[in-house]
Amino acid sequence: MTMNLVLFYLLAATAIGSALLIVVMQQLVRSLFLFFLTLFAMAGLYVFALADFVAVTQVIVYVGGVLVLMLFAFMLSNKTLLNDLQQGTKGVFTTLPKGQAMLVAALFLVVFMAMVNQIAVNPPVWIAEARANQTVIQAPDHTIHHLGVNLMTRYVLPFEVISVFLMMTLMGAAHLARKENKTP
Amino acid sequence: MITLTHLLVVSALLFTIGLYAVLVKKNAILILVGIEFMINAAILNLVAFGRYDGAGYGGQIFALFAIVLAAAAVAVALAIILNVYKHYNSIDPDDINDLKD
Repeated sequence: MTMNLVLFYLLAATAIGSALLIVVMQQLVRSLFLFFLTLFAMAGLYVFALADFVAVTQVIVYVGGVLVLMLFAFMLSNKTLLNDLQQGTKGVFTTLPKGQAMLVAALFLVVFMAMVNQIAVNPPVWIAEARANQTVIQAPDHTIHHLGVNLMTRYVLPFEVISVFLMMTLMGAAHLARKENKTP
Repeated sequence: MITLTHLLVVSALLFTIGLYAVLVKKNAILILVGIEFMINAAILNLVAFGRYDGAGYGGQIFALFAIVLAAAAVAVALAIILNVYKHYNSIDPDDINDLKD
């Protein structure tokens, strides 16, 4: 049992435990703050897959951006909305009863575990090739350097498309969120 | 040594929790949180498999793209939730049953 493994299990338990607590918890503000914890633990797990830059981005974008956005949208809204958000309303069509939802989730988990087992027993060809050719990312590799070079050469088209898409969605969000004028 | 299987199991569990939250929660913000869980599980999978792509770094780069897209989706979804509330005075997905007023 190395330090590595202990840390991994600690982070995994934090992520899964706080996610479960969010699902069980009734109060919205507390569950949003617990969401914070899940995201941090996930960032830690990315480090174990040797994706340190992705982990940093997760902390900056998710914890710094998404969560603050959620908390602001929640706290800046009026009192009645707050109460509605807190309690939720009754629904029978889009929300399933707890038992059925649990059944669906458990079946999904069974399928996932079967696939994980399949991959562990006989890994895909490209993974075996990477292991044979020694192209697996190692801990001392300069990941950020390689990421930057690949982002600007091989993946430059997706990068540009995503930039334009991000601009469009943020403009759209600002347009949707602004106050409506009553007089046309 | 952390193997691929460790990360895949964590990601499968997180995806399942997110799915459960989406199915069972009655308020839109928590449904959004459930969707974020599923996206995070997918990113963990991308990153875990991306470790075996030392030449192209495809997994990590697309994980970055997925994070950016999730942030954009949250911004739009929150704007829509607030607007829907202004229009219907409710955020229950059941009450939102017409496209045009």
